[in-house]
Amino acid sequence: MSADMLPPWLLLPVSLLLIFGGLLTLLGSLGLLRMKTFYQRMHPPSMGNTMGAGCVLIASMLVSSGLAGRPVVHEVLIAVFIVTTSPITAMLLMGAAVHREASQREKREP
Amino acid sequence: MKRIAWLLMIGLTLMWLLLTGSASPGNVLLGAALSVAMTLWFSAVRPLHPHLRRPRAALRLFWRVAADVLRSNYAVARIVLGLTAKRNVHAGFVDIPLAVRDPHALATLAAIVTSTPGTVWANLSPDNRVLTLHVLDLRDPQHMRDTIKHRYEDLLREIFE
Repeated sequence: MSADMLPPWLLLPVSLLLIFGGLLTLLGSLGLLRMKTFYQRMHPPSMGNTMGAGCVLIASMLVSSGLAGRPVVHEVLIAVFIVTTSPITAMLLMGAAVHREASQREKREP
Repeated sequence: MKRIAWLLMIGLTLMWLLLTGSASPGNVLLGAALSVAMTLWFSAVRPLHPHLRRPRAALRLFWRVAADVLRSNYAVARIVLGLTAKRNVHAGFVDIPLAVRDPHALATLAAIVTSTPGTVWANLSPDNRVLTLHVLDLRDPQHMRDTIKHRYEDLLREIFE
């Protein structure tokens, strides 16, 4: 069974979720481009990381549940892994940036 | 006698069932056996055990964070699109004194802060008492401190301490 055989009442929210999630992720990437400093650039991509990914995951749940004819929810695990691992990346990046700034300041005014 | 980490075992079993995608009795048994074995073996590497005291408060925190994620996504999207042209948006660091001490609560707070666009965890002082956040749209540092305290920290202390 392919996805286009699913009923329209299911496909409509799925398409909307995919478009919305994609737009949010695009906006996040645009922000990465538009922001001026490293610290500011840390913020917009997390839109794709949270709601962008969330929308796509819910869409995926709906489609696979429709195809399988029973609730399929293992996408929840992806969300759990994103939420538990992304703070580590963010902290490392921020820590590195703060450290770099401090060492540069030290070089300028010893 | 050490406390048995029931929640961890149940969580791991659920994860196993979700990943394998079948809830047949044999699979449930296999998942449960693996979870129990892993929890017991690895408890030596995980010396700290979280005490989840108020599950209902955890649920309340979940909805609160979900609402904040929605709101801050909207706020950051506006900033990226330049819809705040009249107002000067400036980013900055803010120091937040923390009362919460439990490491699991701090880890949860880190996950919350990172998942809401617009705030990033920048630093935690070595004694775990002062958290430095970087905020994309920093209007009022005191307001930010109050938000962290009343929206998240109080509930986290209720849940973990």
